[in-house]
Amino acid sequence: MQASQLKTASMRDSFSETLYQLAVNDPRVFVLDGDLATSTKIEKVAKECPQKFLQMGIAEQNMLSVAAGLATTGLQPWAVTFAAFMSKRALDQIQVQIAQPKLNVKMIGAYSGLLTGVTGKTHQALEDIAIFRSLANMTVLAPADSVETAKMMEWANQYDGPVYIRLARDNYPILFDDSYVFKPNKGVVLNEGTDLTIISTGTATSRALEAAKILKQNNISSAVVHLPSIKPIDQELIIEMAVKTKAIVTVEEHSIYGGLGGAIAEILAANAPTPIEFVGVKDRNSESASNEALLEKYEISTKYIVEAGQRVNLRKNSDFN
Amino acid sequence: MSSNNTLLEEKSKAARKSLLKVVHHAGAGHIGGPLSAIDVLTALYFKEMNVEPTNPYKVDRDRFVLSKGHSAIGLYAVLAEKGYLDQKELYTFDSLDSRLQGHPDMKILPGIEMSTGSLGQGISAAVGMALGAKVQDQSFRTYCMIGDGESQEGQVWEAAFIASKYELDNLVVILDYNKLQQYGWVGTNTERAVPNDLVEEKWESFGWNVIRIDGHSFEDILEGFRQAKLVKQKPTILIADTVKGKGISFMENNYLWHSRIPTDEELSLALKELDESGDL
Repeated sequence: MQASQLKTASMRDSFSETLYQLAVNDPRVFVLDGDLATSTKIEKVAKECPQKFLQMGIAEQNMLSVAAGLATTGLQPWAVTFAAFMSKRALDQIQVQIAQPKLNVKMIGAYSGLLTGVTGKTHQALEDIAIFRSLANMTVLAPADSVETAKMMEWANQYDGPVYIRLARDNYPILFDDSYVFKPNKGVVLNEGTDLTIISTGTATSRALEAAKILKQNNISSAVVHLPSIKPIDQELIIEMAVKTKAIVTVEEHSIYGGLGGAIAEILAANAPTPIEFVGVKDRNSESASNEALLEKYEISTKYIVEAGQRVNLRKNSDFN
Repeated sequence: MSSNNTLLEEKSKAARKSLLKVVHHAGAGHIGGPLSAIDVLTALYFKEMNVEPTNPYKVDRDRFVLSKGHSAIGLYAVLAEKGYLDQKELYTFDSLDSRLQGHPDMKILPGIEMSTGSLGQGISAAVGMALGAKVQDQSFRTYCMIGDGESQEGQVWEAAFIASKYELDNLVVILDYNKLQQYGWVGTNTERAVPNDLVEEKWESFGWNVIRIDGHSFEDILEGFRQAKLVKQKPTILIADTVKGKGISFMENNYLWHSRIPTDEELSLALKELDESGDL
């Protein structure tokens, strides 16, 4: 699969359409907005199914606590705001009133990662995976494309418990077709390879696929595993790929601390120690700029995945890996 | 107090005794806040709310959320009086594997409708419950108690705004206005006092139906609940003037009893004031 040649589609449009369908068809579903309906595109629900749309204003802490209260009455609230506000501003509310009591609230972190439409540090979310995966009872998901977004949401809607879904703002290559079945604890092998395995999550997966192609041209055979579910995580597949290829590159649009790379390192350190290179945002604060400029400056573009692949391939063949 | 309320008087006195004994036994917990809250809690569970301890999850039950979760022992004592749990179990309070956590846990103790303890959150959850009733056309009512110190949390006012916006006339919030907080404002004339002036005006300006009551008069409390039901399209707040440490002379209005543990002698004295032999 070659991501650069694939058609792209808007993750937001898919999210909006799927949520609208859920709101129309499932009497339990209500949509809570933190006054970002035009950005997140849940305005479709507001316009076409207004009785299912609850405007909560610019007050995320209250919104998540209200969602908890709604859930106790048998409803299934979908709370939608930017990932930055969901994961940090409303964290205590989520921990105390949603995660610990395992309430049936679906939390959408829109505009996750670094590529948030030139909004900069306040609106980027580089810690949300680390934060959410440290909460007991929480499911943490990050789709790669518009198709997986819809499948994942349909799964989340029939799952009884709290789910965090990390979404991206822009258009991304379509990697999956309609026959794709999302499973919460299963990774997806998108590319076979023997020298190393690139493991990625969310929209970073399309860059991982491009990197595998370039590595191939350099005679490095890279497997690509997409992990749409960071928690629960497909431990079995991670260990299997580590044992098979003996080198791992993790790729995420997230801090290198505590996210996908951290989760994989925890598993491999305990089960199958393997050299790992981490592609993610290092210990630094971000800024507003074009997507291309950000990917380069913060060292998460395809080029950096390729370099990480080359490094880990050398390491695995050295005595001091 | 009117003699019509003899049952309430008996129950609140029994709950006061229990909570004092349990906090003494556990060597942990709060006393001042629960004592200021206990009369309102008693009125809720023994008169106002449609609840059945034997059927704690029935769909049409009224809901209560203790947003000031650190008064948990007061709520547990009232729930025990009501029959949700044995008196004996009260003495597991704060210990390992107990259903009676230091702050309420909705997953393990039937009767607790929302996990609280981090201040400002419970009122928003109560708003969610009342909103849930509205959008599903259900008739249950939601009650929530907040503290005056707690009202320093911005989330309380986020909740106040949304409750008013959605015209939640099925929601009654009770402000336990005991006017003291844990540490307070050092260097001021009234160090431990809660600077909550213009409290009625604040809630009125948020679009609420505001009723001021004596939070230790059952007549007043019940009249407040009755009046709340008459007002449509507005949530109601009962601003309950209360006394921190109410019922025990040496604890009343003394901030030291926010979370102090009584000695054997102090417990004995306190129980005597509540007409119980002070023998431990």
